[in-house]
Amino acid sequence: MKYLDEFRDPELAKGLLEEIRRTVTRPWKIMEICGGQTHSIMRYGIDQLLPDQITLVHGPGCPVCVTPLETIDRALVIAARDNVIFTSFGDMLRVPGSNDDLFRVKSRGADVRMVYSPLEAVKMARENPDREVVFLAVGFETTAPGNAMAVKQAAAEGLTNFSEIVSHVLVPPAMEAILSSPSNLVQGFLAAGHVCAIMGWEEYEPIAAKYGVPIVPTGFEPVDILEGILKTVQLLENETPGVENKYLRVVREQGNPAARAVVDEVYEVCDRKWRGIGNIPRSGLRIRAELAAFDAEKKFAVEDIVTEEPEICISGEILQGLKKPHECPAFGTECTPLSPLGATMVSSEGACAAYHKYSRKGLA
Amino acid sequence: MTTEHPDFSQMSCPLPLMDHDTIQLAHGAGGLLSAELIDKLIIPRFTSPELEMLEDQAVLDLPPGLVAFSTDTFVVSPIFFPGGDIGDLAINGTVNDVAMSGADPVALSVGFVIEEGFPMADFHRVLCSMETAAARAGVRIVTGDTKVVGKGSCDGIFINTSGVGVIPEDVRLSAGSLAPGDVVILSGTLADHGMAVMTVREGLSFQSTVTSDTAALNGLVNTILAAGPGTRTLRDPTRGGAATTLNEFAIASKVGIKLDESAFSVRPDVAGACEILGIDPLYVANEGKLIAVVPAAEKEAVLAAMRGHEHGEEAAIIGEVVADHPGLVTMKTGLGTERIVDMAVGEQLPRIC
Repeated sequence: MKYLDEFRDPELAKGLLEEIRRTVTRPWKIMEICGGQTHSIMRYGIDQLLPDQITLVHGPGCPVCVTPLETIDRALVIAARDNVIFTSFGDMLRVPGSNDDLFRVKSRGADVRMVYSPLEAVKMARENPDREVVFLAVGFETTAPGNAMAVKQAAAEGLTNFSEIVSHVLVPPAMEAILSSPSNLVQGFLAAGHVCAIMGWEEYEPIAAKYGVPIVPTGFEPVDILEGILKTVQLLENETPGVENKYLRVVREQGNPAARAVVDEVYEVCDRKWRGIGNIPRSGLRIRAELAAFDAEKKFAVEDIVTEEPEICISGEILQGLKKPHECPAFGTECTPLSPLGATMVSSEGACAAYHKYSRKGLA
Repeated sequence: MTTEHPDFSQMSCPLPLMDHDTIQLAHGAGGLLSAELIDKLIIPRFTSPELEMLEDQAVLDLPPGLVAFSTDTFVVSPIFFPGGDIGDLAINGTVNDVAMSGADPVALSVGFVIEEGFPMADFHRVLCSMETAAARAGVRIVTGDTKVVGKGSCDGIFINTSGVGVIPEDVRLSAGSLAPGDVVILSGTLADHGMAVMTVREGLSFQSTVTSDTAALNGLVNTILAAGPGTRTLRDPTRGGAATTLNEFAIASKVGIKLDESAFSVRPDVAGACEILGIDPLYVANEGKLIAVVPAAEKEAVLAAMRGHEHGEEAAIIGEVVADHPGLVTMKTGLGTERIVDMAVGEQLPRIC
């Protein structure tokens, strides 16, 4: 398939690996931000092919994983209401809240539906004027424009029965939180290609300058990832930190201005709790006050539900790149994708789930 | 108080009319409407001597040998999808389950659970596709049942089919009989059925050309067994996809299975839909494919025979059975690395069959 086969080409990958081997002289710890990249790395066994000096650290870029328990608990309360059609991306349905998950609420009679696009939820609102349709809007900058567009469209149509629980998170504040942590080990980043497709890379330049790290917007196929690693290693070895885009077919410096404008119109920056990490200032998006009618947490008065994260697993350390999934004593024993103890085992993009799916039992 | 007689010509009969464009509760109540539904709609589609007896049971005269017996219930949503519908799926699904034992499927039962208000035209369409599928598979529908439930008690129509077939004396297949050195053959492309249903689901608004692969595989099974009398096991990778079937084999036989990613084929439109929706074709349901494990000595003969059959033209060797990592399935990736191919966890997509 065009745009896929050439980026999975074993010969190209071998050439890039050779060049990485020729370039690297010292040990480096590089974080891939996005869970999609982690998934690809494990799926293609890229970590097995890299020279020993390079350690890949798996970042916090899995929106399902970092959605706070509190948001899930609030969603469960809203979903259980009689008149509500509760919609969400599929992965969120399985995420455990404090005592429940959306699948179980559904099995008790709640109307919970999986959608691939938030605009489908708007359509349901249009077609069910006597029901309340709620969409659980999670994700990074990548999904924010679509989710914002849903609110914008509902407002334009005068739909009063559509609302969103917004738990959007932003990448740059999370990178700063990792870099400013006293225990930080990360020396360079593969920035999340799809986030950059929306946001461009200008917001990463101050971070690269302030912390002296290379940041390389990178795609998701094996050749993309190896190109990103090669560029990061070159910048590290040459001691020339900065931002260099390697996802050329998708990412522009300004990102997608139309998409950014919709996000700004509907959402505003706020402080946000990250599951397993805690509160990060100005790291989230919420619905603007003037669009409060579309804010499900206000509409259904669930803002007083506050949940503290239990100390059950090391997903916080994993999301910050301090530990690898198999360093957790519960990995693959008490904690599996069927009965996840923590966020990173829940989503297929979570680092623990990716390790469990592709590389447990010390293969290769 | 009036003493005038009521005008009878203006009154209508309170009993249900015989002609309905939707299924009524009375169609499943065992009375006149039931009889009419069976006589006029169902029997003409399912002609078999046993069914025409209209007894409470079919009496079968089976040849000697072990009888394979299987049942499956079909709840696919939507009931009509590109390449098929719940009717041919219900026939092919049970025919395939019986056939994977090596048996030649002979007779099926059909049980309908229909929601009140279900369009009669849709029911007729489903019956017609069941008739065609049964004729293609060479099986008779010998007994059946129809129940109608109140609005909201089921979603349109659910169909249960059960089937029997007799296993030839020299055929004994088992998922527990795999041995290191055996080869794993897949009969064609992956993920066609699951993605065909997925792309017409509410909430996806997705347009594609993907069609289901639903087909009866008993002919292909006969072809395989004729070419490979030592065949270890056969299974059709439906829910959970090829990955789940292969894991079941590895666990049952306490062996490892090593796959080669480059050997799998997925149609470009299916691959595109999978990429966009973030779904791995290895875990998507198929309804017209099988996985055969055969001794290495028979691999060429079986592969050639399969490729000569209409349902096996794209058959390929996808891996081998190994002594390493018992109970685990691994795959050599395009980059030459090795990774685990795990069991499916949870449902990627509910109600695909």
